[in-house]
Amino acid sequence: MFAYEFMRDAFIASTFIAITAGIVGVFVVSRNMSFLTHTLSEIGFAGASFAILIGISPLIGMILFTLVSSIAVGGLSSESSRREASISSISSLFIGLGILFLSLSSESSSYATNILFGSIVGIDNSEVTQLILLAVFVILIFIIFYRKLSFDSFDHVGAKASGLKTKSLSVIFLVTLALSVSIGAQVVGSLLVFVLLTLPGATAKYLVHSVPKLIMVSVGLSLAGVWLGLYLAFVTNWPVTFFISTFEVIAYFLGLGYKNWKLSH
Amino acid sequence: MIEVKNLSKKFGQQLVFENVNFSINEGEFVSLVGPNGSGKTTLIKMLMGLEKKTSGEIKINKSSEIGYVPQFRNIDLDYPLDIKNFVTLNQKFSFLKSQRDQNKAKLNNILNKTHLTDLQSRPLGLASGGEKQKAYLAQALINDPKILILDESTASMDVDVKYQLMDLVSELNKKENITVLFITHDYDLTKKYTNRALLFENHQINSVDVKSISEDMFE
Repeated sequence: MFAYEFMRDAFIASTFIAITAGIVGVFVVSRNMSFLTHTLSEIGFAGASFAILIGISPLIGMILFTLVSSIAVGGLSSESSRREASISSISSLFIGLGILFLSLSSESSSYATNILFGSIVGIDNSEVTQLILLAVFVILIFIIFYRKLSFDSFDHVGAKASGLKTKSLSVIFLVTLALSVSIGAQVVGSLLVFVLLTLPGATAKYLVHSVPKLIMVSVGLSLAGVWLGLYLAFVTNWPVTFFISTFEVIAYFLGLGYKNWKLSH
Repeated sequence: MIEVKNLSKKFGQQLVFENVNFSINEGEFVSLVGPNGSGKTTLIKMLMGLEKKTSGEIKINKSSEIGYVPQFRNIDLDYPLDIKNFVTLNQKFSFLKSQRDQNKAKLNNILNKTHLTDLQSRPLGLASGGEKQKAYLAQALINDPKILILDESTASMDVDVKYQLMDLVSELNKKENITVLFITHDYDLTKKYTNRALLFENHQINSVDVKSISEDMFE
């Protein structure tokens, strides 16, 4: 399958996306932000359709929308009780906007399908470079802030008590989350990018018990999902997202089953 | 070790406390007692530099790192980290081998002191209430604090577990000469373990010898 350039591009892009999503996912899960991540992917959809409407790159549109809104949501609702409600209202608004932008633009509906559901043929060479650069940027941020982000994500109360600036850390995290949503959506689509950003991290939680191991397992599962997905999509001509989400969901339930089995033994 | 002079705190127009004076000497085990909302947690935050003072002075020995054990934590059954990894969240990360060996030695030492060596691989989510409290304590101790502040750490604990934890803190206080400030509503614990109580009353703090405290001061 690597004889085709589009497959090579898709493979390289997906590898970087999976590594980023695997790392970020561990922190999404430990910070209880799965729901926000879901919303961000919907906001990303609105961003991409807006970009199409005004004629810029969908990736830029997504980054713009997710960055602004993740920081807005983060600031708006540091109280978790308020968070859920404000996030759902924002989410509804953006899905509506996304549909409006798409219907106003003259692009064909297959373009919309690509944004929503992802596509392995959707990425060209220059976009691969953009994706890799963004992924490397996100990974670098995680290396720089590794200890502080770990402390804040796995023990917010303790981190605050030890004097860490948890508000700035939250903003830093939201920025990386927004970027991860935007780049991840290029392959798996905005509708299901949260699969990669939440499930591998959630599965890892049932298997291992330290931050580095959580990251390794999460990245591993995420990589296995996209590689297998790409291969099967190539062979069967079925959508890649279907295979990725099925793989991650099965892995999740196996992990959960393993944990329950271990508890009862 | 800690000296507080004429310290006042207002949130807007609302007075929390005014002209509070007290000092805590090295190696003391002092409780801080007062009704809910009297400003205990605010005072602690100010000692730690997490809250601004309205006026007054706080002096803390320069080399004294403070270890703070907060009251509430959100650790559910699915919480993934084991006790060892939870404790090291508060430890500086390093790529240097020598530093990492040092960190490891320190971790083992702290786990030993807090009687967690055998439990270090247990996921914190599955640990009992008492084991969790020990883990919180160990995390606060990992940076060698000279002062330890316990924020109602024994609230909502079973009686045996409560005394176990306090025995442990008392041991650290005596053997390691760690100064302890213990925020509590518990008369018996104050009487048994501490030297002195700082009583919050009418926006003021009075220092009372533990021999002359009575149960009604805790109501």
